[in-house]
Amino acid sequence: MLTRRPVMMFAALTVVATSAAFAQDKSIAVASTTSTQDSGLFGQILPAFKKKSGIDVRVISQGTGQALDTGRRGDADVVFVHAKPQEQKFVADGFGVRRYPVMYNDFILVGPKSNTGGFNGTNDIVAALKTIKDKGVTFISRGDKSGTHAAELALWKGAGIDIAKDRGPWYKEIGQGMGAALNTASASGGYVLTDRGTWLSFKNRGDLVIAVEGDNRLFNQYGVMLVNPEKHKHVKKELGQAFIDWLISPEGQRAIADYRIGGQQLFFPNANSPGAQRRAAPAAHAAIP
Amino acid sequence: MPENMSALQLVLTGDPALFAIVRLSLVVSLSAVLLAALIGLPFGAWLALSRFRGREGVIVVLNALMGLPPVVVGLCVFLMLSRSGPLGSWGILFTPQAMIIAQTILIAPIIAALTRQTIEDLWLEYRDELEAMNVGTFGRVATLLWDGRFSLLTALLAGFGRAAAEVGAVIIVGGNIDGFTRTMTTAIALETSKGDLPLAIGLGMILIVIVIAINAAAWSTRRFGERMAG
Amino acid sequence: MSMRAPVANLPIHFDDVSFAVHGVTILDRINFAFVPGAPSVVIGPNGAGKTTLLRLAMGLIQPTSGRATWGGRTDAPLSRRAIVFQRPVMLRRSVAANLRYALEAAGVSRADHDARLGELLALVGLAELGDRPARKLSGGEQQRLALARALAKDPQVLFLDEPTASLDPAATKAVEDLVRDVAARGIKVVMSTHDLGEARRLAGDVVLMHRGRIVEASDAAAFFNNPITDGARRFVAGELLI
Ligand SMILES: Nc1ncnc2c1ncn2[C@@H]1O[C@H](COP(=O)(O)OP(=O)(O)OP(=O)(O)O)[C@@H](O)[C@H]1O
Ligand SMILES: [Mg+2]
Repeated sequence: MLTRRPVMMFAALTVVATSAAFAQDKSIAVASTTSTQDSGLFGQILPAFKKKSGIDVRVISQGTGQALDTGRRGDADVVFVHAKPQEQKFVADGFGVRRYPVMYNDFILVGPKSNTGGFNGTNDIVAALKTIKDKGVTFISRGDKSGTHAAELALWKGAGIDIAKDRGPWYKEIGQGMGAALNTASASGGYVLTDRGTWLSFKNRGDLVIAVEGDNRLFNQYGVMLVNPEKHKHVKKELGQAFIDWLISPEGQRAIADYRIGGQQLFFPNANSPGAQRRAAPAAHAAIP
Repeated sequence: MPENMSALQLVLTGDPALFAIVRLSLVVSLSAVLLAALIGLPFGAWLALSRFRGREGVIVVLNALMGLPPVVVGLCVFLMLSRSGPLGSWGILFTPQAMIIAQTILIAPIIAALTRQTIEDLWLEYRDELEAMNVGTFGRVATLLWDGRFSLLTALLAGFGRAAAEVGAVIIVGGNIDGFTRTMTTAIALETSKGDLPLAIGLGMILIVIVIAINAAAWSTRRFGERMAG
Repeated sequence: MSMRAPVANLPIHFDDVSFAVHGVTILDRINFAFVPGAPSVVIGPNGAGKTTLLRLAMGLIQPTSGRATWGGRTDAPLSRRAIVFQRPVMLRRSVAANLRYALEAAGVSRADHDARLGELLALVGLAELGDRPARKLSGGEQQRLALARALAKDPQVLFLDEPTASLDPAATKAVEDLVRDVAARGIKVVMSTHDLGEARRLAGDVVLMHRGRIVEASDAAAFFNNPITDGARRFVAGELLI
């Protein structure tokens, strides 16, 4: 029928038009973590990079495990995450070319203002976790194989607690992102481990306050890696490497240091001295109320 | 989107990021409706008129597929389009095209199933006349689709509603990339995870208003058309 | 009117034709033929099987047993037969579009559509209403549009199933005039009615049906003046056949 022809043409046009509109040559895909995205860091530094290089950076924010997996499948050009052992394995397995340390931030334990754990205001994370377990205080775990989740599990282990065995009904694994975990903690009066960046930009705090901070064991190092072009031929290695080079350049490092929320610096560049976080972290946060 | 702005402020100040998100949502969902219509309308009409063994089974399955979970569709499309998947060479994972494909798969069964029902009812009414006029199979399908167009509009709207409302598929295959694959629903999911519940709700309201506006436009088209065509 | 090679549709011959649905016999061993000439009128009470007989003669349904032939063939295509149903269905389009659709389906070339359209609309008296939605027409107007649609086929045989059943006297007269006109052009009309008066006014021959059987079939004059069977006599006398 005559009447159907324009519909087909319109459909064909739409597909062509959308393909054309979205086809951008100078762009890379970066698989990263929710903490970098949700904290607003990328919103700050990417425009500066784009201005300098003309490269469009498309950030897919996932948990660290998922982000590494995205890189492994070849669905991203660059992976920018925070779980050092997993990153090293990623490179050792040949999926990443080389790991570059970029910056760190720190984790904090947040919980109800009413201090149900009794340790609010201290800075010993191990003691706090032991108390949580002994008292059976509600604890929210990401449970999503993210960098934060990995860090949490390492902390339990460090406290001598086998969480797989010792967990009780107080330990709630939600299998979701940082924001969802904070929302859950806020709604249920529980404790939760979070990165400081997400916490600072999180708007639904309710009764939550920082309970434990400043422990050396709470540092959180970020690394960036180019996905191996030998594994995935389509990887845009020049553009991807340009992004990495910029991140660790003085200019990129300054852009990271310049990002603040309410006057507070969230991320501390340390591309040149990756061991520095141990000393710097507590000092840097001393001023944070 | 700028921090510390309510949804209302974003609308009133004509925030470009917000409008880009709205535009992308509409482009993706409307394209998906169009593609799904090109598949679902002819298939549904064919199914309404054909008689073969196992037809009842096909209808049951088709009706069941109306309830396809978006995440499952998203995951399947993701695995197909991933660089490590069979269609990886297309290189369209984490692009709007991938989102359109996922939503098309999600809503084509809805449009096909509703079309089948509409066309079958209309066929009961038209059968004698069309057979007496010696109209062939292709002509029958075309006639029934055209004469059922106002009812079929409802099928398309159902598909659109589903596409515009879903988040599970587009967030998986689109990646919720700021300024590139972020839609209304993925933005709402993101703002919720950032704990900015008022902004999330505000965006939700905007989405609802847009969906209502599109339905109202379709409805008046229908009323106008019906007055003309009877 | 048409250049197509004539397909012989007449006589339409029923040879011991029965028709049953789910084991219920609706037409019972019909032996009869519609032959060229003046209109044949099928009369009988509700449920007698008039519509079923017309649909069989049109070729829309097949006999469960027995044989129906058109010009001696069992497989004559229905391209030169047309039917106006008891309750015609208007397509959801304008009057003119309904007619164009029928012309297109009948294979009339597009170039001739406008001329034929005007001619047919004028013939059925709907020239003024071409742009109206067909479904908004009155019952009588719909009946006439259906007639025009059927005539678009340029048929050799035209079946009309109770074409005046729901019409007022003026509309009935218009349709009856049309039937006479069509018949005068050499088209064989086969119509059903349960209106005895209409049968008297139009029929060349009459078929009286009752409960799926043909009670009496004969020349109109003979049927009305000299009915042979008891059933026909009572029907003509105005008694109720139940
Ligand atoms: N497809 C069908 N299935 C079941 N019964 C049918 C079917 N078609 C016709 N019949 C039955 O067959 C009988 C004859 O029907 P038909 O429509 O031929 O009668 P009719 O003489 O045209 O009656 P009316 O004057 O009411 O139009 C009726 O009892 C009807 O219910
Ligand atoms: Mg009847």
